[in-house]
Amino acid sequence: MNQVKIDFERCKECGYCIHYCPKKVLVKGDKINKKGYFAAEVAAPEACIACGTCARVCPDVCISVYKDVE
Amino acid sequence: MKVVYEAPKINTGVPTTYCGGCGHGIINRLIAEIIDEMELKEKAVLLWPIGCSCVNVNTMDIDQLCCLHGRGPASGTGMKRANPDNLVIVYQGDGDMVSEGMAEIMHAAIRGEKFTVIFVNNAIYGMTGAQMAPTTLLGQNASTAPGGRLVVNSGYPVKMAEILAELPGTVYSERVTVNTPANIIKAKKAIKKAFELQMKGEGMTFVEVLSMCPTGWSMSPVKACEWVDSTMTEIFPLGVVKDETEGLKQQEEAAK
Amino acid sequence: MSKEAVFMQGNQAMAEAAIRGGCKMFFGYPITPSSEVPEYYAQVMVERPEENIVYIQAETECSAFNMIAGAAAAGHRAMTATAGPGFSLGQEAMSYMSAAGLPGVVVQIMRPGPADGEILPAQGDYFQITRGGGHGDYYTLALAPWSIQELVEIMQESFVLAEKYNNPVVVVSDAMLAKLRESVVLPDYTDNEAAPEEKHNTLTGAKGRKRHLITTCGFGAVQWNQFNNDLQKKYAEIAANEKRYESYFMDEDPDIVVVAFGAYSRVCLSGVKMAREAGLKVGMIRPISLWPFPDNAFEGLDGKQFLVCELNAGQMVQDVKLSVKNKDDVHFFGMLGGIVPTPKEICAEIQKVEVK
Repeated sequence: MNQVKIDFERCKECGYCIHYCPKKVLVKGDKINKKGYFAAEVAAPEACIACGTCARVCPDVCISVYKDVE
Repeated sequence: MKVVYEAPKINTGVPTTYCGGCGHGIINRLIAEIIDEMELKEKAVLLWPIGCSCVNVNTMDIDQLCCLHGRGPASGTGMKRANPDNLVIVYQGDGDMVSEGMAEIMHAAIRGEKFTVIFVNNAIYGMTGAQMAPTTLLGQNASTAPGGRLVVNSGYPVKMAEILAELPGTVYSERVTVNTPANIIKAKKAIKKAFELQMKGEGMTFVEVLSMCPTGWSMSPVKACEWVDSTMTEIFPLGVVKDETEGLKQQEEAAK
Repeated sequence: MSKEAVFMQGNQAMAEAAIRGGCKMFFGYPITPSSEVPEYYAQVMVERPEENIVYIQAETECSAFNMIAGAAAAGHRAMTATAGPGFSLGQEAMSYMSAAGLPGVVVQIMRPGPADGEILPAQGDYFQITRGGGHGDYYTLALAPWSIQELVEIMQESFVLAEKYNNPVVVVSDAMLAKLRESVVLPDYTDNEAAPEEKHNTLTGAKGRKRHLITTCGFGAVQWNQFNNDLQKKYAEIAANEKRYESYFMDEDPDIVVVAFGAYSRVCLSGVKMAREAGLKVGMIRPISLWPFPDNAFEGLDGKQFLVCELNAGQMVQDVKLSVKNKDDVHFFGMLGGIVPTPKEICAEIQKVEVK
């Protein structure tokens, strides 16, 4: 399964990754980080196609994306 | 697992001070990615303006100079003329370049200084509390133009990519934005092209980046992205304004 | 290198000395009475390409000062020469370079102000030069030669001092010293400059080292308090080491001490000699460092009368008053507008001083 890792404490809840993900993998989470933001989280990991869009729209370099090559 | 995306190697891991959704964050990241890809960490010197960006000096592991307000192109002139082999990146905002530093940017282009200018145009003064910028749109609200910018007091928004393209010293001028994934790809291409031209010894290269300022515009980040498309690009059209690359290539061939 | 004296103009001799002192980068804006300096650099750039001169005529003095900052940050010696109005435009950059630890060298060729003023000799920028003409708690080392010979030597030394202290240095000249021609033995080429990468905190690309950062933005009160305390230590070190002056006839225990600086002090010295011929016991102290002010020159001189002669409305006189026990013993003879008193007039002023 492809992987999206989001740095919980770095996220500023801008919503870009959620808005631009073509597969609706990400949602606004329900946990607040130290900065007071509801960080984005992976809701549907199995839908991820590892396009990397979420990482490339993130202004805070929160996101890493990995493709399952098997 | 194959890496599709990880943080740029020159990033130190220190978080930025930008608001959520700020275009600066994306632009800074693109610069870091390009420096990584072109392996220019040992040549790069980034000159910061006075604005939201300059307090982010600890986010990248490259040499950096925080300049006085508007004076990046002047300090960049001294730096690039001193060490022509360095990749000198003059990073400026709208207040910094178009107001305080108008003389400096114009004359850097007049002289054809061989550095790259990244102009972050968010049509507002972010750092100091959303005052009007020279690039604020007519009718756009700002704390020093309550109710919206008026021609009678403040004239018209300034289109730097076009103005600088008129000067022979500018060899490349493009306006891009970072409000959608597709536009981010184009913005990265433009900045990379500018850096490549600089490393070939050409100059001045200029990339204007329309940038989201959700806080300054009193909008959510996603709405700010939409506003760039619906409103900003009408006044500040995207695209290449000037590209001398072919001309430069021909000159190179002729010289061989 | 020939040790023969040449007959040369102050501005031109200074430019040649700077070039030989390793300063190949000049950023400037023409302003009388300094324009011969950029002209000289521009000419050498064309006629002596082996010198590798970079002469950029900046759009404004403000820009020129910031170009110096950039070149200094890149590890290269760089300078400008300007006059009052231009120096005023550069004040933000002076504050900046001092805070940032950048060793820029600025020649201030004083002319009468305020505002546009005249293009004649004057000394009315003393406060601006010595009090830190820009904002914030900072100082720049300021050296005021009185002859072209002293000027060329101080010019070369200024780059070394700027690099020693990581602070800008102001070489103080004026329209008289700039334009006069006299005999000078030009200094040799120096080789006292380290490579850019070897200098303090230079931005040459993070090759094989951690990145260097030059910033003067504060990051909160605690950090900024520490930053300022460190700057003050730097200024204290300069103040401890760089006080300079010359004295004339002071070993004869004079009753009256004339205090004057720069080329004008030569006129004053002639006046002093005239007064001595008339039977008065007069000596002279000539501060060379305007900041740090050589208050040590005034030690042990209590009870004497001081006549401070300046081409202004009274600026250095305040520093003299601070340097002596009884400020009522300090008298002032000023002249404004670009008029330079004759030795005879100075002698007459000396004769007016009541010796206690």
